[in-house]
Amino acid sequence: MAFENLTSKLQETFKKLKGKGKLNEKDVKEAMREVKLALLEADVNYRVVKEFVNKVTSRSVGSEVMESLTPGQQVIKIVNEELVALMGDSSEEIKYSKTPPTKIMLVGLQGAGKTTMAGKLGQYMKKQGKKPLLAACDVYRPAAIKQLQVVAEKLDLPSFSMGDKKSPVDIAKASMNFAENNKNDVVIIDTAGRLHIDEHLMDELINIKKEINPDEILLVVDAMTGQDAVNVAESFNEKLNITGVILTKLDGDTRGGAALSVRYITGKPIKFAGIGEKLTDIEVFHPDRMASRILGMGDVLSLIEKAQESIDEKKALELSKKMLKQEFTFDDFLEQMQQVKKMGSISDIMSMIPGIDPAMLKGVNIDDSDLSRVEAIIKSMTKDERNNPALLKNSSRRKRIARGSGTKIQDVNRVIKQFEQGQKMMKQFSGMMKNPKKGKLKLPFQLPF
Amino acid sequence: MEDKQGFFSKLVSGLTKTRDNVASKIDDLLNFGGAIDDDLYEELEEILIMADIGVKSTTKIIEMLKKRVKEEKIKDPKQVKAILKDIIIDILSDGSDNNSMELPAVYMIVGVNGVGKTTSIGKLANVYKKEGLKVLLAAGDTFRAAAIDQICVWGNRVGVDVIKQQEGSDPAAVVYDAVYAAKSRKSDILICDTAGRLHNKKNLMDELEKVNRIVDREYPESHKQTILVLDATTGQNGVIQAKEFKKACDIDGIILTKLDGTAKGGIVIAIKEELGIPVRYIGVGEGIDDLQEFNANDFVDALFNDVK
Repeated sequence: MAFENLTSKLQETFKKLKGKGKLNEKDVKEAMREVKLALLEADVNYRVVKEFVNKVTSRSVGSEVMESLTPGQQVIKIVNEELVALMGDSSEEIKYSKTPPTKIMLVGLQGAGKTTMAGKLGQYMKKQGKKPLLAACDVYRPAAIKQLQVVAEKLDLPSFSMGDKKSPVDIAKASMNFAENNKNDVVIIDTAGRLHIDEHLMDELINIKKEINPDEILLVVDAMTGQDAVNVAESFNEKLNITGVILTKLDGDTRGGAALSVRYITGKPIKFAGIGEKLTDIEVFHPDRMASRILGMGDVLSLIEKAQESIDEKKALELSKKMLKQEFTFDDFLEQMQQVKKMGSISDIMSMIPGIDPAMLKGVNIDDSDLSRVEAIIKSMTKDERNNPALLKNSSRRKRIARGSGTKIQDVNRVIKQFEQGQKMMKQFSGMMKNPKKGKLKLPFQLPF
Repeated sequence: MEDKQGFFSKLVSGLTKTRDNVASKIDDLLNFGGAIDDDLYEELEEILIMADIGVKSTTKIIEMLKKRVKEEKIKDPKQVKAILKDIIIDILSDGSDNNSMELPAVYMIVGVNGVGKTTSIGKLANVYKKEGLKVLLAAGDTFRAAAIDQICVWGNRVGVDVIKQQEGSDPAAVVYDAVYAAKSRKSDILICDTAGRLHNKKNLMDELEKVNRIVDREYPESHKQTILVLDATTGQNGVIQAKEFKKACDIDGIILTKLDGTAKGGIVIAIKEELGIPVRYIGVGEGIDDLQEFNANDFVDALFNDVK
């Protein structure tokens, strides 16, 4: 749910500009202070914010804005363009070596999520038809090797380790031989977490790099990192000349400004994002989508992609028609839940829909683990009840449903309430999604003012 | 990692970079000999924000600073720094005696993924064992691969027992077992590890509530403390983390880890200011002794480069 708060902040700021026929420099300056504070609150580094704001300011006081009839929208457009320019506009994948094995080194601070990411990345590549090997070079943290082994086992991937008594350089080197002998075309090297100011341990990484000459050195960065992200990224990049970044824990509610900072400071692309607890929760990072998410247009492309992967298109279309017409029954509710379940956690999905304020989601309180209970409750309703929810005002009906589904009446009440809230939300959505053209949602640069 | 550093010098060296970043700028600013004007305040504001204190708390702090400068009729920019320090120390200070502990005690260690919960537990166990207390650990992180092995390694290092089950088992069951083991072994303090969880995952937060309830129900005579472990590199999300964990289980204090890097850890100022949760300990390295009691004066002194 990164960036939503920034989104609403920016929207608020620009609402103030809305009424203005023309902007003067003072207006722009005031708006830019708001942009600055919003970005800072999102943990974008101060240096980055300053430069960003300067750029936007100098473009905003230019004639294109001043003479425009909608100066507020013009400024937003500039902010968006500069954000996209900053984040990069296309996603970048792993560069596989022409002479396998492709060697990938994961580096970063302690607790960034390197070991878990090694597994996720391996899983991702395996799905692409590669034969990755996970190499355990973290000899310092207790049980780190075991962790990588367990992760590998869960994913049915091979792992390579030599215990914690050998030097990481030797282990990395030996893993290459192992890969060659076992026909692994990718080696993912999990290194120990270290501080970027720890000369001794940074030298160790430099030595591994010298020894195996990796194709990719990916810096793993926690999306929740604050101002320090620039120091970390700068040092790792300076010492190792990293080839890219992986952002982890992006499924939290962090605003994720670190993404902007790291990208800006290193100029290196963010290639992947970790988006959940499961070992399959990894996705290619789309910088352009992230930028549009900042401005409240939501991550619609990701949503559509996810939906296409797992949803029956016909049913989805029907459902969206119903959403628009606001004829939404319990059957649809159930249907939708089953479809959505296939796509991943509901809260993740909701967070991708444009214009959804996280505060709005809180009242709905969707918990994935409750789904099966909800299913049982809805299935215990009669056809009439499902199509005509008003019937459920009758409490003996509710009691019967509770008995039938083996739940308590309170549970039934809750589901009905959730359904009603869902209906309410549908109404709000339908206002936002007026022209859905067959699976291809239009993404105009248009904000609700 | 072997060099033996003293308690204070470690804190100092841990905070060196912090000082370099923040303090030198403040000194540049305040020695410039300029007037106390909006520019000065704006620059101070920026410096505090760079320390991850956050816009909201920074604004409040600057307001307080302005008020005091006006009330005390300060004219010299150099004195502004002393007042600024004073204000921050005031925010961080906790009226109560941090580490007075009633026995038997149960410590629940919670936090998001990767902040250093298990490592902190190892160090904490070491502190209490050295004080002559009988310590027991519970391997409540049954989710992350090899988390149980990790805490067992720490148990060995410190020389305390670890109550555990297999990976994937119910953490509530592990804590239940541990409570009974603590009772029958007459342990002074039981420290429970928990799986890292993002605070916006409702089911996991519910699980945490459940584990807490078990301690309350099965071990009512114990004094339970729930400690949030927070990574010093965390930005503004730290406040939200503290808020959400506080909702699931009352948070009694914070262990601020990884202060030996360049991160400033200023988010604890925002957390204390907004939520009143005090910092108890700070982590300044990977070694077994790299855990120190938090001291607001030292922390702010180090932050502002005033350590002798």
